[in-house]
Amino acid sequence: MNQKSKEKSKELFASIKVDAERRFREMQGDRSQNIFIGMATCGLASGAADVKAAFEEALLQEGISARIIPVGCLGHCYAEPLVIIDRPGFPPILYHDVTPGKAKLLVKAFLEEDDPVFEHVLGAMEENDLIPWIMQFPRFNQEKRVVMAGSGLLDPEDIYQYIAKGGYSALVKALTLEPEEIIHEIQDSGLRGRGGAGFLTDVKWQLVRDAKEKDKIVICNADEGDPGAYMDRTILESNPHQVIEGIAISAYAVGAEKAIVYVRAEYPLAVKTTATALEQAREIGLLGSGILGTDFDFDIAIFQGSGAFVCGEETALIQSIEGKRGMPQPRPPYPAQRGLWGRPTVVNNVKTLASIPPILNNGAQWYRGIGTDRSPGTAIFSVVGNVVHAGLVEIPMGVTLRTLIFEICGGIPNKRNFKAVQIGGPSGGCLPESFLDTPIDFDSLTQAGAMMGSGGMVVMDEDACMVDVARYFLDFTQKESCGKCTFCRIGTRHLLDILERITRGEGREGDIELLEDLSLDIKGGSLCGLGKTAPNPVLTTIQYFRDEYEAHIRERRCPAMMCRTLTAYYIDLDKCARGCDACVGSCPTESIFTTKNRKKGIDQTLCVKCGECVASCPPEYDAVRKVSPPELAPKIERPQEG
Amino acid sequence: MKHKPETRLFFLDPPEVFKIRYFLYFEKKISMDNTTEIEEEAMLPDIASMLTTCVSERGNLIPILQMIQERHHYLSPGALQMVAKHLEISSSEVYGVATFYNQFRFYPPGKHQIKVCLGTACHVKGGDIILENFERKLEIKAGETTPDREFSIDRVACVGCCALAPVAIVDDTVNGHMAPSKVEGLILGFDIEKEREKREARQGESKE
Repeated sequence: MNQKSKEKSKELFASIKVDAERRFREMQGDRSQNIFIGMATCGLASGAADVKAAFEEALLQEGISARIIPVGCLGHCYAEPLVIIDRPGFPPILYHDVTPGKAKLLVKAFLEEDDPVFEHVLGAMEENDLIPWIMQFPRFNQEKRVVMAGSGLLDPEDIYQYIAKGGYSALVKALTLEPEEIIHEIQDSGLRGRGGAGFLTDVKWQLVRDAKEKDKIVICNADEGDPGAYMDRTILESNPHQVIEGIAISAYAVGAEKAIVYVRAEYPLAVKTTATALEQAREIGLLGSGILGTDFDFDIAIFQGSGAFVCGEETALIQSIEGKRGMPQPRPPYPAQRGLWGRPTVVNNVKTLASIPPILNNGAQWYRGIGTDRSPGTAIFSVVGNVVHAGLVEIPMGVTLRTLIFEICGGIPNKRNFKAVQIGGPSGGCLPESFLDTPIDFDSLTQAGAMMGSGGMVVMDEDACMVDVARYFLDFTQKESCGKCTFCRIGTRHLLDILERITRGEGREGDIELLEDLSLDIKGGSLCGLGKTAPNPVLTTIQYFRDEYEAHIRERRCPAMMCRTLTAYYIDLDKCARGCDACVGSCPTESIFTTKNRKKGIDQTLCVKCGECVASCPPEYDAVRKVSPPELAPKIERPQEG
Repeated sequence: MKHKPETRLFFLDPPEVFKIRYFLYFEKKISMDNTTEIEEEAMLPDIASMLTTCVSERGNLIPILQMIQERHHYLSPGALQMVAKHLEISSSEVYGVATFYNQFRFYPPGKHQIKVCLGTACHVKGGDIILENFERKLEIKAGETTPDREFSIDRVACVGCCALAPVAIVDDTVNGHMAPSKVEGLILGFDIEKEREKREARQGESKE
């Protein structure tokens, strides 16, 4: 590109930016009050829509003018719905667990009577004398937000907010550079693909750049199939423009004119925000023909994936876009050589692409400064399960699991003890307490037997049975196996059968060895990542929790008392008040009965072990007990009817 | 017994289809009247007009199927055949692709759709117990519809609100921290609603 057109594109963008900043200032004007409500899927699930309606109603009633701005997700799922109120004279204040009732209270107390209602405050978004700054809490200050920097603070459906906060400046910068220079910059930054395997991004790009064929394609992989990870969805719902900017830069670098965002149809809100964002970017000339007055023509389309876990694999994803069954293909040829419709194709994860704009803006050295030497940058985890502050966490690579789980996420609730953490979804593994000091990066996790994978992280306390967890993941991969490779198709079926047998208490001697053998065969005999990693949950649980498998097989006992055929409930008659009948009323299958002298018994043939009687028994009695093996439960005869 | 009745009917001739439907009626899986056939028949002209707007390209197959399902809630055998004809590929191919993906369903959903999350976090917190409670209460299995077409149950993998686990989505409302007693409450709520509607309808009639 010649010097003249470079200057021209800079000028064009400068005028767009001025416009954006003007709009942003208007929004933040001296007298205006803004209420930001987190309205991504997680917020909506917690009732953000009702909260918004309550705010609107209360504002109307009190006659106060304030702007309600729906924003994305801050990642603090434990405290949803989150609301930030920004008004003159106060720092922006973050409120947690806002209900419609609290919303009305806030309007009356805070907006009308200047009382910030301290008991509902989570923190202030800026440093101040009045309210503790959120950055003083470990849940916030240990995080390093690169990809999620704008999430929860910007309106995802307003491109000007993103531009006013510095968005799309990386694209403008990229357009003034030669494509090779951009790839070089990415190489210097050491960015590794965030899809799970950690392949170097610049190598992928260079391969496509060097390919001689025309009509190259960039695919943004947002087919997040792991049943416990939702960061890609949150990024697209909260700040789609950062992803779009990353896609545009990668397309310019590799010489593509077309890109496809492959997003799951199960994420309707993510599809909607992305579509709106693309529309807005097209309107102001950041997409389409001749972007910002240059000769770079480029556009992005959305393809809705139909829900197949295996389509997260790049060759399967390409098959799926071509309208076929999403079955992985042998590599080589790699998609970079012959991908979608036979053209050179870059497939990058949402997080990888969203990392590009910050890298170009701040330079490769800045990015290298975050994280570890071999895994620079940040990692996003969805930390869920038995943990106090569940949600999305973006941390620099190299932070230990202990810091993440106990400091940032607040540890295990209800005074229980930590047992294991499952990392990387169905492809990952379970790590026990002895691995808590493992730093989180691509290589350390793989060495420990888990993997970065999707970024799902499920924390489990003593009540989780590791055999059952392995069974759960196998059940998932077995259903999702595309059926192409025999070892994956039939091998996982057999793994699952054996695991189900063990959890039913019908395990045999030699089952553990059989599981191990079969796992190694499946790993060796499968084409794609799904089969190669499917046995990981089994192998790691056997490696670290072999005694639990042995207890199931030899003693017909589930140490965690989770496998339902191996446990039974009974009512401790020494503790039972006998007069209260709360358990009898709560039982959905009417399996609890009372004898003539008011003894309570459970009919084990009817009991479904739902635990409802445990919840309903008043805490002062706490009389419902769980035992394994079930034979230990005392037997009480049910009185004859009539 | 795991029935996805309509999926099987696709390759069969009309008399066979009738026989199986009759059988399913006795199994109490579908209602006896031929409302399903009539409905499916009525869908076809609409689907035909939708197809005219789509380019006949293999790459369009999945978007077309998604479009039809969005409008009519499921893919009927006739619809799949029409798509095959439009794209000039065999109907077995269309069927093969459609059944590969979890999104597509081949039988009518219930008036109230219940989706129980069985993601990892929900599993750890007992999501399968919630699913079992729905199944027991409605006397159908996951993936089925009640004979009166009031309810259908589906299992979904992670709806992404793991902090609320276990989660069940009933008619687009997310219900967090589910418990067996909440399941009973939800279904009782629908029953009461239905009773009320019936009563009001009766009252309306008697007034006239």
